[in-house]
Amino acid sequence: MGKTIAEKIFDAHRVNMPFPDTHVLKLDRVFCHEITTPIAITDLMARGMDRVFDPTKIKAVIDHVTPAKDSKTAEQGKILRDWAKRHDIKDFFDIGRNGVCHAIFPEKGFVRPGYTVIMGDSHTCTHGAFGAFAAGVGTTDLEVGIFKGVCAFHFPKTIKFVLNGTLKPGVYAKDLILFIIKELTVNGATNMVIEFTGPVIDAMSMESRMTLCNMAIEAGGTCGICYPDMTTVEYLWEFIKDEFSTREDALREYSKWISDADASYEKVYEYDVTNLEPMVTFGFKPDQVKTVNEMADTKIDQVYIGSCTNGRIEDLRIAASILKDKKISDDVRAIVSPATPAIYSMALKEGLIEIFQNAGFCVTNPTCGACLGMSNGVLANGEACASTTNRNFNGRMGKGGTVHLMSPSTAAASAIVGKITNSQFYKA
Amino acid sequence: MKEFSGKVLFLDRSDINTDEIIPAKYLTEITKEALKPYLLEDLSLAGFNTKEDIKDKAVLVTRANFGCGSSREHAPWAFEVNGINVVIAESFARIFRQNMYNCGMFAIELPKDKIEYLFENFAGKETSITIDIDKEKIIVTSSDQSEEIDFKVGEFDKTLVKEGGWVGYADKNY
Repeated sequence: MGKTIAEKIFDAHRVNMPFPDTHVLKLDRVFCHEITTPIAITDLMARGMDRVFDPTKIKAVIDHVTPAKDSKTAEQGKILRDWAKRHDIKDFFDIGRNGVCHAIFPEKGFVRPGYTVIMGDSHTCTHGAFGAFAAGVGTTDLEVGIFKGVCAFHFPKTIKFVLNGTLKPGVYAKDLILFIIKELTVNGATNMVIEFTGPVIDAMSMESRMTLCNMAIEAGGTCGICYPDMTTVEYLWEFIKDEFSTREDALREYSKWISDADASYEKVYEYDVTNLEPMVTFGFKPDQVKTVNEMADTKIDQVYIGSCTNGRIEDLRIAASILKDKKISDDVRAIVSPATPAIYSMALKEGLIEIFQNAGFCVTNPTCGACLGMSNGVLANGEACASTTNRNFNGRMGKGGTVHLMSPSTAAASAIVGKITNSQFYKA
Repeated sequence: MKEFSGKVLFLDRSDINTDEIIPAKYLTEITKEALKPYLLEDLSLAGFNTKEDIKDKAVLVTRANFGCGSSREHAPWAFEVNGINVVIAESFARIFRQNMYNCGMFAIELPKDKIEYLFENFAGKETSITIDIDKEKIIVTSSDQSEEIDFKVGEFDKTLVKEGGWVGYADKNY
């Protein structure tokens, strides 16, 4: 019997099995941000165990509320900053160099095929786009990861999606993952890894694969995984070119992190997605999904383009191409938050920032902020937001507010008319 | 080991997420105790009174996919500082479930019919539950009824409960 990629990664990282179905894995990366890490740090200090297992494998960023909005968030940043300095954690991204964790860490080349990654953030599943096993954890798992470099997991079963056909113009990875979550429901993948495979994935950029894997958790999944291929190698090449003489060599090495053809799956779903339409959520659960067409003319008060799901350069380019020479509706306000400083710079050079500003968007610094209602775009009671983020929970972007999840294309088009609408790129 | 006994809070809804258990705006707190007044503040459930219904409770009984969404361990902590160390549900989101055991708390899964039985026979009455960890039994008592329900807990989870969580165990063993 062959093995899935998750089984292969578990086999290569297993320290021991202290109990049945308890796999303690060695960690290649422990990612940290200022919301869930400070309590781990203060607990380690209180226990007299303020150590880190390997400062080169720990990467940290202030991203959720940045720059600090009040004394409490300033204190959280300070705890993380002082700790990074104390332990010589070189890859610490402070204000000015900071971006949304699941955008900046891949951008810096920190994630490689076959890696084990944890972070105190549920959207850590994003990094599975590189053929890694990446799981969101709580602060205690993070704390143990920081000082011991290990994490315990029950063995995850794997479900596989084979996605055939070609996405139509105006239909993106976001629409595909919303469709998949609708099919799986919010706990259809609980305790499981979701593999995304097939010609549709093969044709996707790393940015799109990250969008897809990012929302695996919204179906309960432990991690979303795409197989490493030449697209993965190209994305990583500037970081790995000293390790391999050619891209083909790199691909050969990374190809060991692909599931065997005879691997066993909990379930295999196969779809031809050629006729998939742009999708959007309603209600307060991410599996409450309809086509944009079905939701057309739903009034919105705010548009938000950004986050670890859809704040990358590809997303900004798509949105700007729709907003060029247009104005947003007088009845909405719109916010764009490039996910990292590098993305911001690229958007500036390419003239995208100007397009957003001319259209009437507020351009913020890179931050998670509005996605979880912490800063930079919190909704008022009764308001609705067309958002490229990942969660539409009750009150998520502000108490009494409603969030409609959608692609950057749909969000940009909706900003112009002030209602949920398909972009001009999509032809039914 | 923590206390696993006391009055029961019934929350009759599936998919209660960690944003509802503790809203993100309180994640700027850096002590667990500071979360105490905000537990379940944003829960959308008809008839639920945040302040009154949580008071003096020690055990929560609820439906499927409890604790979905964010990885925030502030959710178990918010229960812990309110004296609730046990959640019994039809199923849990993976991260929330692991966070509970990592804190030395109980996240017990029961089959759907058992959960249904608890709601039908005990919800709305003053009910107490005691967890017998060694016999793996849930002892449910109301003024007119007392029952024992078997549950299963894995060896790893049981060890974490007995040793008070993952940090101490990991420090000794890794």
